[in-house]
Amino acid sequence: MDTDLLQQLNVERQARRAAILITDLENGGGRLLREGEPAGGGLEEAAERAFRSGKSTIVEADGRSLFLNVHVPPARLVVVGAVHISQALAPMAAIAGFDMTVIDPRTAFATEERFGSVELLAEWPDEALERAPLDAYTALAAVTHDPKIDDFPLKSALESGCFYVGALGSRKTHAKRVERLKALGLEEAQIDRIASPIGLDIGASSPAEIAVAILAEVIAALRKRQVAAS
Amino acid sequence: MNDLQEPLDPLTIAERWAGEGRDVAIATVVETWGSAPRPVGSHLVIDSEGNFHGSVSGGCVEGAVVSEAVDVMSEGKPRMLEFGVADETAWQVGLSCGGRIRVFVEKLG
Repeated sequence: MDTDLLQQLNVERQARRAAILITDLENGGGRLLREGEPAGGGLEEAAERAFRSGKSTIVEADGRSLFLNVHVPPARLVVVGAVHISQALAPMAAIAGFDMTVIDPRTAFATEERFGSVELLAEWPDEALERAPLDAYTALAAVTHDPKIDDFPLKSALESGCFYVGALGSRKTHAKRVERLKALGLEEAQIDRIASPIGLDIGASSPAEIAVAILAEVIAALRKRQVAAS
Repeated sequence: MNDLQEPLDPLTIAERWAGEGRDVAIATVVETWGSAPRPVGSHLVIDSEGNFHGSVSGGCVEGAVVSEAVDVMSEGKPRMLEFGVADETAWQVGLSCGGRIRVFVEKLG
């Protein structure tokens, strides 16, 4: 492997962008494929599958054995609102393999006693997200119902291309939210990406059940996302 | 946890070693069968003095990979290694878990 190639790969990994290192197993020759770039060499399907699943594999193409080593940033889940649903979501998200962060400026909600070892930021979302920006491998769920707290991170999530953006609230609440986000300059097509009512429709009722519905929807968004070059 | 926050990320170390002018080899698990201890894509990075970081198994075959890697660095040609309980050398470097792995070893640079 060229040292240059390793440097390029490490740059992508540090920046939390997905890339596949393609290595010819006969001669060790390699190249880097970034997510969204045309794969070329008859590798379109295999590359898309690898980006989506995060699983590295050997493929045969043009009579050659190629190793596709896929480097996908670990998925994060940012939850705005240290509410009952988030408390139930925290252990479930950890079991499913997500790094979860809870943001809530209301210090009565955001307490270690309620959340244990989860990363908990008792500050306004604009401050928290400036330090750890959202990205395409992050899911954002806004669950406070409070426009003062939810609106900024929702806008930020849509602009950062988060793979999932969900917001708690009835259809009526969401309709008002849509108007506010439009007033903030977002396009309707962007706003349409918000999952609301939040969570897969499993008839969830208790906070824990809503947490299951949210997590299932986040997983579906991660595993079914479009990654092919258009 | 993000691997990159981990100071022992093998690919970051390989880049640093190369920057220091050291010879480096990268070993990568490219295929597994059965209950292999480390998933496909895992790395072990080695320098010409036998220093290494990362893992391709639970510690069962690293010694053998390191010595092959030193040869790869001096010859410059990549090698494919295979380990498993069915291997002739199973007594020395077999995988106790019963799985089989293929490890690709190449020189950096």
